Amino acid sequence: MSLDLRIPMGLMFTLVGMILTAFGLATRGSSIYAASLGINANFWWGLVLFVFGVSMLMLGRRSQKRLASLPPEPVDETRSRLGH
Amino acid sequence: MLNLTSVDWLIMLLYFVFVLGIGFALKRYMKTSKDFFQAGRALPAWICGLAFISANLGAQEVIGMGASGAKYGLETAHFYGIGAIPAMIFVGIFMMPFYYGSKARSVPEFLRMRFDEKTRALNACSFAVMTVFSSGISMYAMARLIQALHVFDGLFYTMGWPQQGIFTFSIVLSAVIVLAYIFLGGLTSAIYNEVLQFFLIIAGFLPLVLLGLRNIGGWSGLKASVPVQYMHEWRGVAHASTNPMGIEIVGLGMGLGFVLGSGYWCTDFLVIQTAMASKNMESARRVPLIAAVPKIFFPFLVILPGLLAIGLPTPHTTTVVHNVNGMIVRDTNVVPQNVEEGRGLVPAKINPVTGKPMYTAGGQPLLDYDMATPNMLLHFFPTGILGLGLTALLASFMSGMAGNVTAFNTVFTYDLYQSYIHKGGSDRHYMAVGRWATVGGILLSICTAYAAINFNNIMDTLQLVFSFVNAPLFATFLLGMFWKRATGHGAFAGLIAGTSAAMLHHGLTLPIEARPGIHGGWLTVLHHYPSDMAQNFWGAIFAFGTNFVVTVIVSLATKARPESELVGLVHSLTPKPPKAHNVWWKSPEALAIAVLLMAIGLNIFFY
Repeated sequence: MSLDLRIPMGLMFTLVGMILTAFGLATRGSSIYAASLGINANFWWGLVLFVFGVSMLMLGRRSQKRLASLPPEPVDETRSRLGH
Repeated sequence: MLNLTSVDWLIMLLYFVFVLGIGFALKRYMKTSKDFFQAGRALPAWICGLAFISANLGAQEVIGMGASGAKYGLETAHFYGIGAIPAMIFVGIFMMPFYYGSKARSVPEFLRMRFDEKTRALNACSFAVMTVFSSGISMYAMARLIQALHVFDGLFYTMGWPQQGIFTFSIVLSAVIVLAYIFLGGLTSAIYNEVLQFFLIIAGFLPLVLLGLRNIGGWSGLKASVPVQYMHEWRGVAHASTNPMGIEIVGLGMGLGFVLGSGYWCTDFLVIQTAMASKNMESARRVPLIAAVPKIFFPFLVILPGLLAIGLPTPHTTTVVHNVNGMIVRDTNVVPQNVEEGRGLVPAKINPVTGKPMYTAGGQPLLDYDMATPNMLLHFFPTGILGLGLTALLASFMSGMAGNVTAFNTVFTYDLYQSYIHKGGSDRHYMAVGRWATVGGILLSICTAYAAINFNNIMDTLQLVFSFVNAPLFATFLLGMFWKRATGHGAFAGLIAGTSAAMLHHGLTLPIEARPGIHGGWLTVLHHYPSDMAQNFWGAIFAFGTNFVVTVIVSLATKARPESELVGLVHSLTPKPPKAHNVWWKSPEALAIAVLLMAIGLNIFFY
């Protein structure tokens, strides 16, 4: 399969993280954070998701580059891949 | 009550865009029916592993385990420690070589290869019916939850649409999205979206648990605010009357662990299909083991919110008097009666006719445990991250449906259509049939969801019937894979006898404090169980035992199949899979031992 799932997934979490972080910054000190015990849940969790998304994206990109430089990997149903 | 802002909608919308986007992106890879139904048998193990666990992480799991955590406490973790982990290890190490190695395209097809046509037909028909109904139940539960949480109320209000339309809107929305991405990308699309949903659930529920724990004062604070037996998984399990679930160790270990857990994780095509989609034998064997790793830690994610919900203080109507610049201001926070009557954040159930809270015969309020986890979301999440939490909830419903739908289209196309309706068609033809079976399956699910509105009991009845069919299944697979003498006639007779035994057991026994009827005892009551859980587990043990005995007897009385036909299907006649050129700690066996040790460690922690 040539679509590496980590790319769309990383992209989605990067975007969600960015939205939450930006929204968290814009609503600093707002009364909506009374619910989350005074913690700016949007900002901090947005940051976590952003980091997760970017690392997924990078892993996916790297493996796609590596695959592009290698001959296509044979899919064998009885034998497992050599090495790796 | 629920105040969603544009940021919440944006996150939800983003998720839908990506779900559909993955479907469209995968469409061009769908060239043969193998691509569509089996994901080309080319996916890496980690993706299949996360999808394996995610296919099970549907509505019943997220809402149900939270509810069970609120009702029974940490004893719920037995569904993981006993009910899932050992079975997942067993299927990976011992059964996957036959599922994957036989090149069967579905679990019923494996039954045809090992036994005969009629065993396959029985399994395929019952499985196809169950998947359609299950996804219908999932849809119904989702639409009800959306109504209860008032997710779309604001949207409907601004658009000027009638509020009665929310149920239909929720059902149609989820159906269209799931249909679109499966129609386009088949099993690959379903698996990819299940993985996406897996991470989304963690993203949505981990902050919830962290905030909840912080609010209640950490682990020790939680211990202090719930009854002591809620915090122990094993204490009091020797006898039914000393633990919250009302089940003793034998029924729990045998019924949940050996029969029901294995019956689900080792035979249900809904989860097995993801392992069968991986790229080689070793990956396929690793899939359930990879899935077991997050499964060990899921109690923290899905059970803890329920337990926290019970432990937190119950909201009451309060009046706060402020003195603002000499002016006296009274701030009254009115809490609905059913919330005040509840325990912690779990509200009392409301009688839909009178609108008043419902009480048990003893005058205690009847608690609506299913609201435990959703109420936690509403309680702790400010707008923004609330959108993320609700999206995770919706995603879990949709992925539960999607797994059922892909299992249905495969079994329908290969095991029913290709085998009994139209043999020898072109590959293109079967792929088209699979796509249209997806449409048909979803339409039938919608009908089930609507039937559930009109007949209150339909969900309980369906789940009861499923349990009759599923309870004996594991005995058939166990004998089939590990006893070469088992015959097709034996397997068929055993399945019928096992299901009949489950029905008979249910008709003759009753949990205490229940009336004869849907809860059992519809023939006559011979035995009372301390809880419905005990009745359920013991029923499964009887069904399994009956199937086992009948299969053995009938097999011995009928003609055995020649051994040459059973190579690759039975343990003793199959050559050991060739050792891969991996270092020892990368082998599935080493992974299995690591998973087992982790699971034991966690059980000791929860003791």
